[in-house]
Amino acid sequence: MPSANENPTRSIVSIADLSKDEILSLLKLAAYFEEHPNSRLLDGKVVATLFFEPSTRTRLSFETAVNRLGGRIIGFSDPAATSTSKGETLKDTIKMVANYVDLIVMRHYLEGAARYASEVTEVPVINAGDGAHQHPSQTMLDLYSIFKTQGRLDDITVTMVGDLKYGRTVHSLLMALSHFRVKFNFVACDELRMPEEFRTFCDRNGIEYRESTDFSPEIIASTDILYMTRVQRERFTDLMEYERVKDLYNLDARMLDVAPDNLRVLHPLPRVNEIDQDVDDSPKAYYFQQAKNGLFARQAMICTALGIKVPADIH
Amino acid sequence: MSEKSKELAVAALRDGTVIDRIPSDALFKAVDLLGIADLGVSVTIGYNLQSNRLGKKGIIKVADTFFSPETLSRIAIIAPTAVVNTIRDYEVVDKQPVALPGEIVGLVCCDNPKCVSRNEPIPSRFEVVDRNPVTLRCHYCEHELSGDSIVLK
Ligand SMILES: [Zn+2]
Repeated sequence: MPSANENPTRSIVSIADLSKDEILSLLKLAAYFEEHPNSRLLDGKVVATLFFEPSTRTRLSFETAVNRLGGRIIGFSDPAATSTSKGETLKDTIKMVANYVDLIVMRHYLEGAARYASEVTEVPVINAGDGAHQHPSQTMLDLYSIFKTQGRLDDITVTMVGDLKYGRTVHSLLMALSHFRVKFNFVACDELRMPEEFRTFCDRNGIEYRESTDFSPEIIASTDILYMTRVQRERFTDLMEYERVKDLYNLDARMLDVAPDNLRVLHPLPRVNEIDQDVDDSPKAYYFQQAKNGLFARQAMICTALGIKVPADIH
Repeated sequence: MSEKSKELAVAALRDGTVIDRIPSDALFKAVDLLGIADLGVSVTIGYNLQSNRLGKKGIIKVADTFFSPETLSRIAIIAPTAVVNTIRDYEVVDKQPVALPGEIVGLVCCDNPKCVSRNEPIPSRFEVVDRNPVTLRCHYCEHELSGDSIVLK
């Protein structure tokens, strides 16, 4: 039973599990943690970070979030060291760990692993990535970055560039932004265009979008958020096609001359050459702060999953 | 089919089940699913019969056998138009379209090789998101299956 200063605990597996109000409340919390990154809100709590697939970047961000909230961490970052490698089922691993901790943060190479884990234990689970499927903390930090730089999530134009076919971050962001009045430009070559499933999703939900194979000045000039992704060679069945398009979706500083002042460039990182180094010094470059926002977004998710009420001054 | 031959066909069955309006291309899958080869009772199978609704249809008549709702829901996945007639003492005592449940557990294999349901000892779980054509969404990885990608276990 939650006490007066606690809400019920809840797992956060998919961005689609969050209502508009829940998303807004997480953003509000993230803003609070940006102002107050260090606290004792997790005093006495133990959090497990279970990385069945290594991801140093995501793990460090979650572990920093727990540490700055005053919690303690157990876990593993190398599945070779666990009994999973000896054939233990995921269920058994989760049930064993759940005996010790208040919250499980997990990353897994199998799609749907976090959903399954959340159904075999009472302990709340945060999905830190399950294969190519979901990565809700990435989406929350993207949303928070958009909210912070634009001051709102309604009435903005988001241009997604690069790999729109396999990029799970763009799909999740699209789903999350469907709660708001957002227009989209989808800029990609034919081989990596936005999948039909998501175009149908837009049509069904009355979301305005325009597709283009041309990363044109006209599109940049009408964009508020420019969301860049990496075009990877291994995604192409036709390597000639890869050679033809690989540099068409790169951004350099000169291209931003036509951009409105409020435009910000986002990228889930790591980048390779899709954003030229000369963009880094532009006031419109936001990808490094974006990554830092991940800390606050994860602090918000951790407190929400644990049902911890944060100080009243944010409401 | 004339009225007379219809009568004859049904008259051949005293007690049992007649599954009608099976699309022809699903007929032999349905025969498999019902486990007819192992039943040892008398069975009549009609294939490529004329149907106003379906073009060509199949029909399966099985004597002295009444299938479980679970078995019939498997038929619904491959032949959502099928109708099940229960015959007792030469009379049709019940006539029901097959019912596709809202959730399908353990019957269909997810087509995503990286899905947790294919790599851990757990039953598959699908939500029925569309009935015509039958479209299923995996509860775990959220892949959607329809048509030939729906493979029964
Ligand atoms: Zn699946």
